[in-house]
Amino acid sequence: MATPTRVAESSPAVEADRAPASKPKEMHGVAKWADERIGIAKIGKFGLRKVFPDHWSFLLGEIALYSFIILLLTGVFLTIWFKPSMAEIEYDGSYQLLKGMPVSEAFASTLDISFDVRGGLLVRQIHHWAALLFVAAATVHMLRVFFTGAFRKPREVNWLIGVGLLSLSLIAGFAGYSLPDDLLSGTGLRFVDGLIRSIPIIGTWAEFFVFGGEYPGSILIPRLYMVHILLVPGILLGLISAHLALVVYHKHTQYPGAGRTENNVVGYPLFPIYMAKAGGFFFIVFGFLVLMGGFFQINPVWLYGPYDPAKVTAGSQPDWYMGWVEGAIRIIPAMEWHIAGTTWTWSVFLPGVGLMGVLFVGLGLWPFIESWITGDKREHHLLDRPRNAPTRTALGVAGMTCYGMFWLSGGNDIIATRFNLDLNAITLFMRVAVFVAPVIAFIITKRIALSLQRADRERVLHGSEDGMIVRSPEGGYSEAHLPVSKEEEFLLTQHLQHKVLEQGHDTDARGVQRKKGGVGRLQARLSRWYLGHDIPKATASEIEAAHNHGAHGEVEGSHGAPELDGDGTGATPHHSADEDAHSGSTAG
Amino acid sequence: MKFLTNLRRHAAARPMLLILALLAVGLGYSVVAPQQSSAETEMTQQIEEGKALFDFTCSSCHGLGGEGTTQGPSLIGVGAAAVDFQMGTGRMPAAREQAQLPARQVNYSQEQIEAVAAYVATFGPGPAIPSPDQVSPEGLTEEEIARGGALFRANCSACHGITGGGGAMPNGKYAPNLTETTGVHIYEAVRTGPQQMPTFSKEVITDQDVREIIAYVDDANSQPNYGGLTMGDAGPVSEGFWAFVIGIGGLAMVATWIAKKGARAR
Repeated sequence: MATPTRVAESSPAVEADRAPASKPKEMHGVAKWADERIGIAKIGKFGLRKVFPDHWSFLLGEIALYSFIILLLTGVFLTIWFKPSMAEIEYDGSYQLLKGMPVSEAFASTLDISFDVRGGLLVRQIHHWAALLFVAAATVHMLRVFFTGAFRKPREVNWLIGVGLLSLSLIAGFAGYSLPDDLLSGTGLRFVDGLIRSIPIIGTWAEFFVFGGEYPGSILIPRLYMVHILLVPGILLGLISAHLALVVYHKHTQYPGAGRTENNVVGYPLFPIYMAKAGGFFFIVFGFLVLMGGFFQINPVWLYGPYDPAKVTAGSQPDWYMGWVEGAIRIIPAMEWHIAGTTWTWSVFLPGVGLMGVLFVGLGLWPFIESWITGDKREHHLLDRPRNAPTRTALGVAGMTCYGMFWLSGGNDIIATRFNLDLNAITLFMRVAVFVAPVIAFIITKRIALSLQRADRERVLHGSEDGMIVRSPEGGYSEAHLPVSKEEEFLLTQHLQHKVLEQGHDTDARGVQRKKGGVGRLQARLSRWYLGHDIPKATASEIEAAHNHGAHGEVEGSHGAPELDGDGTGATPHHSADEDAHSGSTAG
Repeated sequence: MKFLTNLRRHAAARPMLLILALLAVGLGYSVVAPQQSSAETEMTQQIEEGKALFDFTCSSCHGLGGEGTTQGPSLIGVGAAAVDFQMGTGRMPAAREQAQLPARQVNYSQEQIEAVAAYVATFGPGPAIPSPDQVSPEGLTEEEIARGGALFRANCSACHGITGGGGAMPNGKYAPNLTETTGVHIYEAVRTGPQQMPTFSKEVITDQDVREIIAYVDDANSQPNYGGLTMGDAGPVSEGFWAFVIGIGGLAMVATWIAKKGARAR
């Protein structure tokens, strides 16, 4: 195994400054003027010294934030030219292949933005790429928070805000790509119309409410426009502010490591380091999106043509974040009931409305479910390494796999044509895979996480090989082991391991009587399933014993670990029968 | 007048009369019928060549008279257009039974294909191979080509994709890509409905409509890619793919670099 990388002892940025002997300098000029009126000194003192920890995965949420800002900037430009109207006009712009066609004003103005407004197509494409990136970054950020356990107390509320943000961003994206009124987006609207109508009993009424009459009506684009540029962005802006304010209030979580505790944050202050890093990252994200908007075509509405409810084209897909719902609808077998004059279209309602509900309700409830299963009510500011919460990690990967299978189903026609496969075969495969693949993913992930736990334990007790093979006078070969550094030892043993909840215990971990009833049967069983397979981490006495035991630098494994039997506890060649056999054979 | 009466009643009178009538009709026809031209001789030659080729390469599945077998459908009434399409795109002769016959390399000269087409056309009336001016987009106005786009979206894109890139169909079948298909073959496909494709008659889609559609498909696929690289040309599927690969992937690499940079590295 590799030796641990060296870490510098300290740095000027993390060392505490000695308190200044003299009074701080008085402010002058503009700074003084502003301080006297809005108190910037106090805000600055609090805000500028705010410490953030460094890790690439903490920047994923920032990608979403910056994409959102870029969406607002480019969106303002687009609103100058876009006409949210379904009134029919004759297209008379620069794009020849639609010349003279009857189109809606919304579609015509989108074509004008693309072909007749200077820089319009670039801004339109930046806006669309930024939208895809916004939802993608938010999703990946959510996965990071999930897998590291950053949603645990005290951050459950912020997790809920995040789930709200994610669901609203889907609505914002959907409303946005429906605005151009092209054939593809119109097909997407038809899809949503179907979803709304599939709601039992009230479906038709809800459709008439949303569309102002029968689909497609003539008021939908103005309504979606309001939703897209005012309602949802307004709520998003408010929720994002709350999201960030809570990050400041809770302080940022950090990955475990030497010197990092539940009571501190090890990192760099906002000013000047994080201001430069985050500010620079904003411009990099902006640059990426400008390059993508400049070089990669996205949503070529001129090819799709104006929307007409009578038309639909092969290869119609929604933007990626709706793709999994599309996929679910594509693969579900037909199911429909007719009861007393009402239609219950389960094959649309279950995958469409039901699945989205399951995802977002499940995400929202998860922090509370997990704390109920583990009985963990403490505050957490140190993140979990995913391996140390194997069941959560496995559940997350299983969820991603399930999502991925639905996602692939949404592109089943593209897969069929691009890979010369049978469409029906893909559908049949996916019908099975959405149930089976997550189970396989769960088992594999959990096995990997537990193996990593075992490897961690072995490394703590066993150290790393020193790379020198020594031949003993008897002819045996051995390699001495070096103990790991204190920092690494800390990292590998710092995590909490929750005890499995036993049924009927009516006292908590500290022996205090619970107010309400004890652990129920279901809770105990879930707890055993969730926590029961953890590999006990090396205890201080085990490490002590291991260090003292090794006569040749060899570190002896523990005998107290119930999960580890022989294979996990390190080599014991110096006093085993096979060593005798080994030396015997070489001597002979 | 007894002589005439006797003659009329003679036993041989009726057959003789019949022979006389036949002679009159035959002589009359030889006078009225057009002279056999040299073109017709060529036509006959072409048909004979076609028959030879047909008997050799097609009849094992379609039957010696084109009446069809369990292996292949009847060709009576499919017309020359169907033969020109199927053989001209390499779909026929088929190598094996498949869910759908793919377009392949064409191993016959246009003369050979036309000979078979002429022979098959003799089985029964069917659509003919179009003349060049039936499929040429020459002389169409911009509005007419745009109208071709509307017709394409209404009638073709449901299977062939929005500008003819192709699409999937059930059970391993597919609507092929039209971007490389010639105007003649598009016309013939419209009129004869090969494989999964429905047949569109001249009453449903007029020859003028077909010309407009051909012109639109041609123009839509030869125009520059406004907005940049199409990145796989699979609509939102490829867009989402690249948003993750380039957007998230690229920015995650940048984020790693930013997070590595610190005051600690002195």
